Amino acid sequence: MLRGSPGASPASSGPEPLPPETHPAPQAPSRALPGEGVTGEGLPRDLGGPRGDHSPGKVTAYGSLPRKEDARFIRGRGTFLDDIALPGMLHGAVLRSPLAHARILAVDASAARAHPKVVTVLTGEDLDRRGMAWLPTLFGDVQAVLATDKVRFQGQEIAFVVATDRYAARDALELITVDYEPLPPLIDARTALGPGAPLVREDLPGGNRVFDWNAGDKAATDAVFAAADVVVGCDMVYPRSHPAPLETCGAIAEYDQVGGRLTIWSTTQAPHAHRTLYTALTGLPEHKIRIVSPDLGGGFGAKVPIYPGYLCAIAAAMETGRPVKWVEDRSENLMSTAFARDYHMHGEIAATADGEILGLRARVLADHGAFNAAAQPSKYPAGFFHIFTGSYQTKAAYCEVTGVFTNKAPGGVAYSCSFRITEAVYLVERLTDMLARKLGLDPAALRMRNLLRPEQFPYTCPTGWQYDSGDYPRALRLALDMAGYDELRREQADRRARGEYMGIGLSFFTEAVGAGPRSHMDIMGLGMADGADLRVHPTGKAVLAISVQSQGQGHETTFAQLVAEELGLSADDVDVVHGDTDRTPFGLGTYGSRSTPVSGAAAVVAARKVRERARLVAAVMLEADAADLEWLDGKWRVKGDPDQALGIAEIARAAHSTLELPPGIEGHLDASAVYNPPNLTFPFGAYICVTDVDPGTGEVKVRRFIAVDDCGVRINPMIVEGQVHRGLADGIGIALMQAISFDEDGNCLSGSFMDYLLPTALECPSPELGMTVTPSPHHPVGAKGIGESATVGAPPAVVNSVVDALAPFGVTHADMPLTPANVWLAIQGRPRA
Amino acid sequence: MKITVTVNAADYTRDVEPRLLLIHFLRDDLGLTGSHWGCDTSNCGACVVWLNETPVKSCTVLAVMADGQRVNTVEGLATPARLDPVQEAFAACHGLQCGFCTPGMMMTARWLLDNNPDPTEAEVREAISGQVCRCTGYENIVKSVLWAARRESGGAGAVPGLRPGEGLTGEGLPRA
Ligand code: FES
Ligand code: FES
Repeated sequence: MLRGSPGASPASSGPEPLPPETHPAPQAPSRALPGEGVTGEGLPRDLGGPRGDHSPGKVTAYGSLPRKEDARFIRGRGTFLDDIALPGMLHGAVLRSPLAHARILAVDASAARAHPKVVTVLTGEDLDRRGMAWLPTLFGDVQAVLATDKVRFQGQEIAFVVATDRYAARDALELITVDYEPLPPLIDARTALGPGAPLVREDLPGGNRVFDWNAGDKAATDAVFAAADVVVGCDMVYPRSHPAPLETCGAIAEYDQVGGRLTIWSTTQAPHAHRTLYTALTGLPEHKIRIVSPDLGGGFGAKVPIYPGYLCAIAAAMETGRPVKWVEDRSENLMSTAFARDYHMHGEIAATADGEILGLRARVLADHGAFNAAAQPSKYPAGFFHIFTGSYQTKAAYCEVTGVFTNKAPGGVAYSCSFRITEAVYLVERLTDMLARKLGLDPAALRMRNLLRPEQFPYTCPTGWQYDSGDYPRALRLALDMAGYDELRREQADRRARGEYMGIGLSFFTEAVGAGPRSHMDIMGLGMADGADLRVHPTGKAVLAISVQSQGQGHETTFAQLVAEELGLSADDVDVVHGDTDRTPFGLGTYGSRSTPVSGAAAVVAARKVRERARLVAAVMLEADAADLEWLDGKWRVKGDPDQALGIAEIARAAHSTLELPPGIEGHLDASAVYNPPNLTFPFGAYICVTDVDPGTGEVKVRRFIAVDDCGVRINPMIVEGQVHRGLADGIGIALMQAISFDEDGNCLSGSFMDYLLPTALECPSPELGMTVTPSPHHPVGAKGIGESATVGAPPAVVNSVVDALAPFGVTHADMPLTPANVWLAIQGRPRA
Repeated sequence: MKITVTVNAADYTRDVEPRLLLIHFLRDDLGLTGSHWGCDTSNCGACVVWLNETPVKSCTVLAVMADGQRVNTVEGLATPARLDPVQEAFAACHGLQCGFCTPGMMMTARWLLDNNPDPTEAEVREAISGQVCRCTGYENIVKSVLWAARRESGGAGAVPGLRPGEGLTGEGLPRA
């Protein structure tokens, strides 16, 4: 149904059709299949309260436009990294360690060098001579590019073979011999700080300890706990997982030995930040380095870091003078590129006997692998974990996080987790369910009672985050209505009586996305702000250049809509350029759901500057005072005489023409902006997962998934929903099957898609989406980020659902992944070691 | 070894190593980069093409096995004048995000509809269950295939055509 068609919305909870002045019917409804609803526009919704009044004049460019980028992808004409072939290009392959921990005594590559198709072989020694054997990580540590002293995880890079074709490069890997002196590996993070633990990093002073960090008020929290009627606590593990984008990581380096220019095509979500880092790594001046990030086949945080293979390709290109391509295979991807999560948590919640939450405490052991390569703002060693009071009122909260090194792959990337909010939400949502069980209260009622109230916003939580806006009870009510919650509980009781195990799991989450502000948030000293350049050509067509990089989020469409809306253009009139540092302004890139909150805001600010420049030109054209013009319905109009109006295209032509402009008015309409967000944005949502568990096999079937999301104003609802679909599938995968595990020798047991299980179309339910809209008060159009919401919110809903299903067995907690084997063990009262 | 493979109705003769995988033959030797590679273990389906009108994972077929055979890839789905309804459907229903799994998904979808013009949702899910998408949660892929089925059956008149390169407006998307 169309927006603004009163009564058309199949809303389940007090639908309030949007008033036409803010949401007029979109154009071209004639293409609808008769009798069908509308993506985005047809979602169950509750839009009472503040609305997305984000722009003067009418909204016309927002809505579920089809994506511009699809035209190439459906024809197989995307340009992904491995699709690029340069003349004379060589192919690299990485030799990796079979051992998790060993001293390297010798590397003999002579036989490989003698292979007829091999052009060069690089070892750690070769890179050392270039000063490139170690690379700074995004979190201020270093990481070996090619090992010189020891290998510290299975799959670590040892040598790089460059050959004339990719098969030959792989063949030659087998000709390299490495002498190892095996060392005892440190695999279990819980033993890292104990006596006699193997030392992972001799190069650092702190032993296996990466950091100790805390947030909140310990004394106040302890006092609240001491006085509480009830305290519930639990140990829980958020297992190591891997983003596993369908396209693996890779790079092509080309070095122009005459001009001293280095071009790197690479799978990067943050091309500009990478360029700055490559300057330090190669010694080349920054203006001589160009990063091109072509179409990315997903990223989800995995393509934020710089990987050793990229540097090997660069070193090889500089040595050979020929372009060198390196693309990892899937096993390399799963075993060596950045993992996520791996938090061992102990959480406690304190409450009154009637269910008022009083406080939260958490102690976390964070497994960082062999190098601290986490990818979050540098002042936050545990990311944003300390937002762990979630969506509830609490009197006090305190958390401590200790990071340790182990002999596992480095990482800790923002894998759709908003910098560790995933772990925080999981903790509080599990504890809330446990508290409800302990008190004999319904988990929905307990949540409703403790949710922050709309009038409390902006709300400062006990650990200092200032939540920008929210109406939490409204979202939870909508989700409960959509689910038919009371009916589900009745069905559950009936089934239990018949010996069937059905679970209903809730989660309510609040995220903090869109980092900076840059005064608080930086990556390696680079403040988290983003730029946008907007050019308006003489005919009124526009090109927007942005610093962030899509991995499938549809930036070419959404950003065109943002600009079109501000300038009264059609999204077809705006092209978006991204992924090339030579053509785009500086910015920190796409991760932590930053694109719309930060770069989207930059685009809007640039467009508004264009609009103001256009106003001055329009005033000359209309022979009016600029102050007497108003922007209405996509045009500058003379106040009181709205038919005297000029659109951007007419003004652009004049701005580039011979029209005499008064002194001080430059002509042309181009503008740029840098957006330094005043705060993060705080999207939130209420999720309900219904599962059926087979007690004989432990198999979990996700029967229904209801997801109500509030990400503020939705620019392209179709794309927003797609992001939610993605995150739900990923969250279900993480809860049920996706885990990177190791044996006690440090062998990665999840090094292929045979062992690292991903959900398929058979495991993913058809989700039921709903929405509320609470605009961000500080974002120029009221938007918040959406990219990670569902991955954050879904796992606790699934686990709560499964634990609820298993309640008759006395199960109060079971760690992810809830594979049939693990569920079966939980039923037997034998949780995994 | 010298082989001749008919790809999208054109014959290509190349000298290849016997161990060369069909996916690499298509991508590296013929420059048909629409089919992708995503795993080492035949699990992801990014590489699905047709071998003699049957979907195969081309990472698990040797190029020499295609000697004298017919291969169809995503590049052959559309004619210059007209998109295949499956392609239209993926654009119309937001059946893709990063686009990496999309060619393989569309080749399977095309085969399914050729053999089962009116599939149920469960049949669609079953048909693509050997392929992985990390972006869509499969929801809109399933919708795309069902939409294409209706477009091709009697309901076609109800779905106006697209100009090449153009999807439907989001307002027309099917919803369950
Ligand atoms: S590349 Fe994964 S199945 Fe062929
Ligand atoms: S669209 Fe990205 S993997 Fe399917």
